[in-house]
Amino acid sequence: MSDHDYRPKSKAGQWFNDRLPLLTLANHLTDYPTPKNLNYWWTFGGILTFCLITQIVTGLTLAMHYIAHADMAFESVEHIMRDVNYGWLIRYIHANGASMFFLAVYIHIFRSLFYGSYKAPREIIWIIGIIIYLLMMAAAFMGYVLPWGQMSFWGATVITNLFSAIPLVGEGIVTWLWGGYSVDNPTLTRFFTLHYLIPFLILGLVVLHIWALHVPGNNNPVGIDIKKPSKDTVPFHPYIVIKDGFALLMFMIVFAFFVFYAPNILGHADNYIEANPMVTPAHIVPEWYLLPFYAILRSVPDKLLGVVAMLSAILILAVLPWLDTSKIRSAVFRPLYKQFYWILVADVLILGYVGAMPAEGLYLLIARVATAYYFIHFLVILPVLGFKEKTLPVPLSITEPVLGGSPNLATARQKESKIE
Amino acid sequence: MSEKKTKRRDFLFTATTAVGAVGAAAVVWPMIDQMNPDASVKALASTEVDVSSLTPGNTLTVLWRGKPVFIRRRTQEEIDEARKVKMEDLIHPEKDEDRAKNPEWLVMLGVCTHLGCVPLNDKGDYNGWFCPCHGSHYDTSGRIRKGPAPWNMEVPKYEFVDANTIKIG
Repeated sequence: MSDHDYRPKSKAGQWFNDRLPLLTLANHLTDYPTPKNLNYWWTFGGILTFCLITQIVTGLTLAMHYIAHADMAFESVEHIMRDVNYGWLIRYIHANGASMFFLAVYIHIFRSLFYGSYKAPREIIWIIGIIIYLLMMAAAFMGYVLPWGQMSFWGATVITNLFSAIPLVGEGIVTWLWGGYSVDNPTLTRFFTLHYLIPFLILGLVVLHIWALHVPGNNNPVGIDIKKPSKDTVPFHPYIVIKDGFALLMFMIVFAFFVFYAPNILGHADNYIEANPMVTPAHIVPEWYLLPFYAILRSVPDKLLGVVAMLSAILILAVLPWLDTSKIRSAVFRPLYKQFYWILVADVLILGYVGAMPAEGLYLLIARVATAYYFIHFLVILPVLGFKEKTLPVPLSITEPVLGGSPNLATARQKESKIE
Repeated sequence: MSEKKTKRRDFLFTATTAVGAVGAAAVVWPMIDQMNPDASVKALASTEVDVSSLTPGNTLTVLWRGKPVFIRRRTQEEIDEARKVKMEDLIHPEKDEDRAKNPEWLVMLGVCTHLGCVPLNDKGDYNGWFCPCHGSHYDTSGRIRKGPAPWNMEVPKYEFVDANTIKIG
């Protein structure tokens, strides 16, 4: 890890660092060599850290006022909104913060897909990331149940019932999850407990995610291995800190827009009606960030297979490093992959759209085609592409094409020879 | 000599691990089982419902164990429709005679067997129930006919205490 020996300047610092090398860690983090060509798509790691901390801090303050009881939860949320000083602000930050968190994580994931950041030697970083993403979905789902509105209740009912698709033990598992024969008070209290716990599990995994990142170092837009430190790198502080900080400010403007101008636009009006186990809302839709998977669930006409397809859609990402057979990381040098990448982005957006629409007629047909394509992309296109695709020549260093004036080595060399 | 000692250690090692595993299991099981329905939840086992006000062609929905129960007083047409269906046309074959012992009264959990939503009365392609969540159609006997739900709506244990009262559970 430490590419150079660090020794604190002051006597006191040395005394402390010999006993607990925190200053060595701090020095590693500030001097950490990063590729100098990182673009703004690389700033979402920092943005996600901000999102996690925001959710933890606002969540802690909300928990001081919220009451996890089926008879009082809905009222206590209204109490937060109307009576608690700045309660409306804290709750709107927390609720919209979840959406912002997912927005950032999707950009982060798709950046990784474009630049091949999941490939060797970064598979472990990627898999930890997928686990974090799964935990985020669990935390978001349980958090959405806590206000105990109609969407909370019926969302909880539908999602927990997914487990009833498991043969033989399914019904028993669902009863165990509920702590009763339907979603009720025992379900609410345990969801609150787990919703409180999961962010700290995520925090621990984020530490591992960053640790695993700091072993090989960052991938970069060119996708080549670089020497560290070298003329291809800059120290994390101040270069990346400033860039991340600026991107974070831009992100916070978007965040603030939702909190202050459209705090309920991403939610559902039905959730301002208290939970009623006798009436299901006419149109149950999950939060936007889960819609693509919801569309996959509904596109399969069999209950068990629908659940299997939905879970596979997420878990297939974990084995992505081995499904993608191409040795070239960055899509910049993969002309065919680049096109399939954008088709996949469109496919996921289409799945998200039809997931919000009723599962019938044309929407259902589109959902089925898009679901099939999603799996074809990962299971057929990616493995085959690695063998068939004619990739472009990759530069030997980050600096080379920049000095040559072109990201393409061949053209750079041509230019150089012309200049000569 | 040294071989003998190793065997003694192996025994101790195995015995310790075994005791440890049993001890761990004995601690883990209560932690898991505490999440199952507790005594107070189980105690709410039965509900009595007065059905005297229910006229043919109408449905009463009551809450039992936190779940809605449909009590449908069926019309003769609905009974005929349910009874003339061929078994081979059903996804989950069950005779209407077995589901509604007294043909006029259909009592079942108003819970879609797909993902647990409450289906809507007098809707769908089979004049029975329609689940708005994922589009399951049930017939006048509450049997699944079309859509993602795998089973018919469940008939709970119930009995007529007297002519006007049904005890569910």
